[in-house]
Amino acid sequence: MIEVKDLYFTYPTGVEALRGINLTIDDGEFLAVMGQNGAGKTTLVKHFNGLLKPTKGEILVDGVSTQDVSVAQLARNVGFVFQNPDHQLFSETVEEEIAFALRNFGFEETVIKKQVEWALNLLDITQYRKTSPFMLSGGERKRVALASILAWDPQVIIMDEPTIGQDYQQKEKLMQFILQLNAQKKTVVVVTHDVEFVAECNPRVILMSQGKIVAGGIAEEILTDPKVVAQASIVPPQITQIFLELADLGLPTDIIDVHEASKILLGRMREKS
Amino acid sequence: MSVFEGFKFRKVSSAVHRLDPRIKFFYVIILFVMAILFTKLLALIVLFFIPLPFVFIARVNRQWLRSLRGAVFFAIIIFATNFIFGYFYPSSYTEITGAVDSLGEYLVLLERASAMTLRFVVLIASFSVFFLTTSPDHLGLALQQSHIPYEFCFAFTTAVRFVPVLADEAQTIMDAQKARGLELERGNFLKRVRNYIPILIPLIISAIRRSLELAEAMESRAWGASEKRTNLYVLKLKRTDYLLVLVSVLMLIIAVYVWLYVSIPSLTTLLSL
Repeated sequence: MIEVKDLYFTYPTGVEALRGINLTIDDGEFLAVMGQNGAGKTTLVKHFNGLLKPTKGEILVDGVSTQDVSVAQLARNVGFVFQNPDHQLFSETVEEEIAFALRNFGFEETVIKKQVEWALNLLDITQYRKTSPFMLSGGERKRVALASILAWDPQVIIMDEPTIGQDYQQKEKLMQFILQLNAQKKTVVVVTHDVEFVAECNPRVILMSQGKIVAGGIAEEILTDPKVVAQASIVPPQITQIFLELADLGLPTDIIDVHEASKILLGRMREKS
Repeated sequence: MSVFEGFKFRKVSSAVHRLDPRIKFFYVIILFVMAILFTKLLALIVLFFIPLPFVFIARVNRQWLRSLRGAVFFAIIIFATNFIFGYFYPSSYTEITGAVDSLGEYLVLLERASAMTLRFVVLIASFSVFFLTTSPDHLGLALQQSHIPYEFCFAFTTAVRFVPVLADEAQTIMDAQKARGLELERGNFLKRVRNYIPILIPLIISAIRRSLELAEAMESRAWGASEKRTNLYVLKLKRTDYLLVLVSVLMLIIAVYVWLYVSIPSLTTLLSL
């Protein structure tokens, strides 16, 4: 469980990035952190594994204050997948890349072998095990980066903009994958701009603006509230926009799911004919 | 990375920012020459105070202090080497005969080492003011209008422009590897050096990638298409610029005079009087 208590954070440059954040993330929860650029999303999640320490306030990860422990200690339970895989890939082979963190955490060689195998399989990159990560495509590099975090099986997985730079099919796969992780009782925190992605996953959402949480709730509530959405400078999913525009016809306005939408529209058409 | 922070330009409007970059550079070079001329602590203390009015007028005190703080590490090295070498090779000091054994002789050593350190600090301090108050664009313009070939100006401004970008990137990479359990400060000296490999490789690769992208972007914008370039802005000297030239030249004349005809007392003899 991650508890954020009245968190303030100011960068050394003087920029006040977080101003009084209160938040609790339960075990096994799926949370999406949304908001415009510079709202403080990444700054907030960087506190969860201790990369940043609060200027004021407190973060408790499983009851332990992040102030007292090193990033390496926290990382054992909290995996953080960075936005750009090129910021972490450095090994000669994909296999080595995935083993890197496991070596840092001092796992035994036999365990490392097993875990690497498992992670390669999980992300469907076994065929690249001996390839240099730099020879792979953008989407594949992203999967290697993800595998290198999941390899040690952390309880909490934080992903910063996982859908950026992925084609639609990859995005769909990634979404399935994230839902699957969550189904395995992992806590998943996703920082994202991608409303369509959030609409399809329907996680709990918090909206941030200027270093504060301005709204929180399930995706269905948040993304379909035009006022709330505008406050955080995001645009509702397309399907919601259609239903908002057709509100005069008596259609519901809280629709974010395409399947649900098509069901409603089909029902209407059948009624008419 | 705080050294870089101290050289990062921020857009502020002040009398110092509006000065002609060529003249500012001239002034910094004069300070540089003066710092090299003198080896006495007293003179260097005086030199240290010369850039201070600029710092306050330009309102960059905080960033400026940060650059000094960043220089502490090198300052300590300079102090230590000067002191240690002075101790083992005292023959380079006219004030010391034979080996260093009396308190007075130690004080001479101490004063000389402090003076050398302060000389470095003066250089950092004045160059920092220059870079803090001169935008890279202005700098490029200044070089160009001093009839330096455009290719060189461009290469130079690009290099300056990318220092903070690379510093930011290095920070992100460090965070990404820390999130995978890398502990930079762990192990003996060799291990610690090796710890930086996962930081350096992504940094170098990304710099190369960035430079290739930049080259393509430049070519697609017809870089080097015309022989003679014109500029939207043309630098013109104003009254304050002439004033600064005058002040700089006067400072130099006084400095040379003092250097030639005045023997500056050492601080130790002054204080013991």
